[in-house]
Amino acid sequence: MLNFLLKRLIDLVPTLLGVSLLAFFVIRLVPGDPVMLMLGERGADPKVYQEMKRELGLDKPILSQYQSFLINSFRGDLGRSLVSKRKVTEEFFGRFPATLELGLCALFFAALIGIPLGILAALKRNSFFDYFLMGGSLVGYSMPIFWWGLILIIIFSVGLGLTPVSGRIDVLYDVPTITGFYLVDTLSPEVLAEEGLAPFISAISHLILPSIAMGTIPLAVLARMTRSSMLEVMGEDYIRTAKAKGLPYKKIVLIHGLRNALIPIITVLGLMFGSIITGAILTETIFSWPGIGKWLVASINARDYPVIQGGVLFIATMVVLINLAVDFVYAVINPKMR
Amino acid sequence: MQSNIEENKSDYEHPLRDFWVGFSANKGALIGLAFILFFVFLAVFAPLLSPHSPSELQENALRLPPSFYEGGNASFFFGTDDVGRDLLSRLIYGARISMGVGFLVVFLSASVGTLLGLMAGYFGGKVDWLIMRFVDILMAFPSILLAIVVVSVMGPGLFNAIVAVAIVACPSFIRIVRASAMEERKKQYVMASKTFGASSFRIMFSEILPNCMAPLIVQISLGFSDGILNVAALGFLGLGAQAPTPEWGIMLADARAFISSDPWLVTLPGLCILFVVLGFNLLGDGLRDTLDPRLKK
Amino acid sequence: MRHTPRSRSTVLVGILLLSSLISGCLGKKSDSKNFVYCSEGSPTAFNPQITTDGTSNNAAAHTIYEKLVDFKYGTTEVVPALAQSFSVSDDRLTYTFILRKNVSFHSFGDFKPSRPFNADDVLFSINRMRQKDHPYHKVGGGSYEYFNGMEMGSIIKNVVKDNNYQVSIILNRPEAPFLANLAMSFMSILSKEYADFLAAKGEKEKIDHYPVGTGPFMFKKYVKDSLIRYKRNKKYWGEAPKVDNLIFAITPDPSVRFQKLKAGECHLIIEPSPADIAAIEKEDNLKLLSGSGLNVGYLAMNTQRKPFDDVRVRKAINLALNRDSYIEAIYLGQAIKAKNPLPPTIWSYNDKVSDYEHNLEKAKALLKEAGLSQGFETEIWTLPVTRPYNPNGKKMGEMMQADLAKVGIKAKLISYDWPTYLKKARQGEHQLIQLGWTGDNGDPDNFLNVLLGCGGVEAGSNVARWCHDEFEKLISKAKLVTDKEKRAPLYRRAQEIFKEQAPWVTLAHSKVFRAMSKNVKGYIIDPLGGDIFKRIELK
Repeated sequence: MLNFLLKRLIDLVPTLLGVSLLAFFVIRLVPGDPVMLMLGERGADPKVYQEMKRELGLDKPILSQYQSFLINSFRGDLGRSLVSKRKVTEEFFGRFPATLELGLCALFFAALIGIPLGILAALKRNSFFDYFLMGGSLVGYSMPIFWWGLILIIIFSVGLGLTPVSGRIDVLYDVPTITGFYLVDTLSPEVLAEEGLAPFISAISHLILPSIAMGTIPLAVLARMTRSSMLEVMGEDYIRTAKAKGLPYKKIVLIHGLRNALIPIITVLGLMFGSIITGAILTETIFSWPGIGKWLVASINARDYPVIQGGVLFIATMVVLINLAVDFVYAVINPKMR
Repeated sequence: MQSNIEENKSDYEHPLRDFWVGFSANKGALIGLAFILFFVFLAVFAPLLSPHSPSELQENALRLPPSFYEGGNASFFFGTDDVGRDLLSRLIYGARISMGVGFLVVFLSASVGTLLGLMAGYFGGKVDWLIMRFVDILMAFPSILLAIVVVSVMGPGLFNAIVAVAIVACPSFIRIVRASAMEERKKQYVMASKTFGASSFRIMFSEILPNCMAPLIVQISLGFSDGILNVAALGFLGLGAQAPTPEWGIMLADARAFISSDPWLVTLPGLCILFVVLGFNLLGDGLRDTLDPRLKK
Repeated sequence: MRHTPRSRSTVLVGILLLSSLISGCLGKKSDSKNFVYCSEGSPTAFNPQITTDGTSNNAAAHTIYEKLVDFKYGTTEVVPALAQSFSVSDDRLTYTFILRKNVSFHSFGDFKPSRPFNADDVLFSINRMRQKDHPYHKVGGGSYEYFNGMEMGSIIKNVVKDNNYQVSIILNRPEAPFLANLAMSFMSILSKEYADFLAAKGEKEKIDHYPVGTGPFMFKKYVKDSLIRYKRNKKYWGEAPKVDNLIFAITPDPSVRFQKLKAGECHLIIEPSPADIAAIEKEDNLKLLSGSGLNVGYLAMNTQRKPFDDVRVRKAINLALNRDSYIEAIYLGQAIKAKNPLPPTIWSYNDKVSDYEHNLEKAKALLKEAGLSQGFETEIWTLPVTRPYNPNGKKMGEMMQADLAKVGIKAKLISYDWPTYLKKARQGEHQLIQLGWTGDNGDPDNFLNVLLGCGGVEAGSNVARWCHDEFEKLISKAKLVTDKEKRAPLYRRAQEIFKEQAPWVTLAHSKVFRAMSKNVKGYIIDPLGGDIFKRIELK
């Protein structure tokens, strides 16, 4: 077990090194000089241009730039954004809670609806309901979320006027940043004392549409996974034994079946977590959600090298570590994996 | 050896018929195939089917609603877009682009992915390690972000978007082919070919590859759907096809400004994307059920 | 199977119920004390000394900070602000400012100002940008683009504190636009006491992000990509702001801004999408204000290259292009056709200059005279980005191409990514190029000298690479005279020469739009492009 973990950990080093290399150099291949981009029509004067370049540290040889990027990122210093001049880490953590909150809500929505539907489909295998659900889940899986988000806005915001158009909360509520998660911060004693539950409800109402848009594909995957996993478990000997013992069917399914079927489902949930960022880029663009995805896209357009290389390295590290953790948990549960 | 091949040949009809029997019993797969054939039909006969040119600006016909709504014009069945182009014609031509996009993405990613996957699975050891690290690195990037970076490097455009999406799609092909190749490698017939002195190249392509076909075909079908979806997403973000190309993603993006006044401009291109992608997913699902014996129960 | 319809509709009804419940509870918190402005993006920092974009400028310069002198609200006229009065010496080298007394800085967090604004703050603010060894110079990257771009470093010789409430700025050379430069946002006055306070805590870089100024609104909070919150400055020396809270709701998508305005989620929006203008005018509860932008879009001809060294060819191109059609198609009618290189809102604009008409015959005749009756081949560089002065360079290029073809000129359209485009233009690699300019301080020098002066040829900002003796003499002379009455005739004459020599085809000055709810009072469109809320009111 320890060996397995150790080997995987050692493999991480070249992977992350490769990620940093790719993030650092590929973004520099993007045509367009960030200094010129920043100066715009005013970049005409070569003196101003050179001065700016030197101040941003972009006049040094590229290899020494990479070297200092590597060394500094080990120390947790990802440099400063060329555009805002703020620390990349500070910018990242200012936005990350928004993405995480949305991602968790989307997964929660997916699990809340997807898993029960999957169980129902498995129980009613080959019924009309089963076919309908599996067909529906494929539709969900095929959904272009950038379109789905717009359709949700057309129906619920523009048409019915039920949900707000964009943003995280009604801007009139001043919520202190404690955790960065609005669902938590709006419940802090001082907010409750001043405004009551209204800010919390406002935060939820802003979360509904983006969570549905972002959670639709995970919902479809989860429903299908749950169904097949349940079917597999229900075919196992111990379920049949339990059945033969005359235990009530529902109890067997919910206690024995579900518990075992949940293992692969949780694995999938864990892996989905890594893909949150991908969904976030499109969802955040549509709903003006102030998270990581939108920020990274804007930074690519601005050729903000430190943000791209730092942000991507950070996300990649997170994805890799989550995948490793999922693999590890899976290996503990299922020794055949090794 | 000789007799072995003979035997295979005589058996040849059988698996295919077997496959069709299984496949045609799968209603979902048939529906998927029907969707795909419909869009292929649109793509092939686009010039004959579309009532107008997809780029021709109609005079005095800005943002007309579909003909079955009030204020619609019978000659523009689905109405016109923000500069007065016939929406139906643009949607039909969009099928051409979408199908082409799907094909190119799959062609590029499947050929590169298969080659790397075969090499990793067959040679193992250092080669495998190197290729898998490459896969790990690609997979550590959020896929759409990687595609965005690649497109930014090459400049926005339809073909560049296709290349970017193909790169992102490679790892799944590599992993699938590698997994089957590793299994096949240990089998008797490969060992036998090796002792007969067949070249690695020959063994990889004429012995191992045909036996990896089942999962590969499934992945190809799913690759179409992913490819079409991702290229459309890039188009939506303004990095894929450029106006006035009648690509569904960019049509959606252009229509965003009219989301409240003319919602059909947003609805229709999205539905087209949804149906094409759904078609390939249904097909891929059906193929998996029929081709992959492990899932047959 | 029985479950199907029921569970589906249950879910649907559930969602509907939940959302109606929520929106019912929301009870929008709208009263006349909170003003919400839907802005277009996130500020890069809260210090006009180091930012250059309009977004950051709106977020800090017009709310939190003030300058020694300011532009009178709604005009480009310079009036006293933090300086109560000012005088200029006879040699035009010394500017003396008497500072306003009893102006207090904001408090923020632990910082409470112990003294009112005085000369130390002025020295600190200017010297931070001016002196490379200033303890705050390197903080936040140490690039002061505007300060350098306006050549303030070489203009200012010294800044002297005469006493606590009097400061003299000594110049190296007479510079007429200097006072207008002082009214620009980058000359905002920061608190030295706050800077010392931060330095003592070892948090110098906070100065650019947690601002303390003297302006009508105090900075309260910034949530990245989401909102900026301000509070009324109760101790403001001038007319007290009429709203208690000012909120910038950051909304990059123009159509979403319009949705939010309609839904009452904001009171005023920046730049609605042209597609929504008609809809806004139809809404009963909304009003639309428009003004002319301080900008010019132009097509420059590289006068150092053949055949554009010939004034007849340049005139022919002016005559061949149908600019009215561009205004209609590219600007959707929301721009004024330009005839001078500076917009009509700037003083000294010469309305008597007669514009070139659209006349293909005359154009052909001129080409013939120049020995080019067969036409020629050339390149048009089309603007790769959307700018207010030219919303769609490519489309405009296509129209220009078609117009030029009518007089026998075959133009190829070329474009690069924005930075490359600018770089290559600076090096003079182009023939015909679309470009434009947005003014900084409303001074004619900021257009005529920067874009058409001989110095600009070397520096690269003069992309026509046009250096004309008489024109140059006029604008250099106008730069040295401080008296506006004497400067104006010089600039007017310069515009005549410009038109006669035709180094550009002047295209358009775009209009700017702001949409707001009917009950918003006290908002004027600022000719310099800012959004100023100090007089805003909800009735």
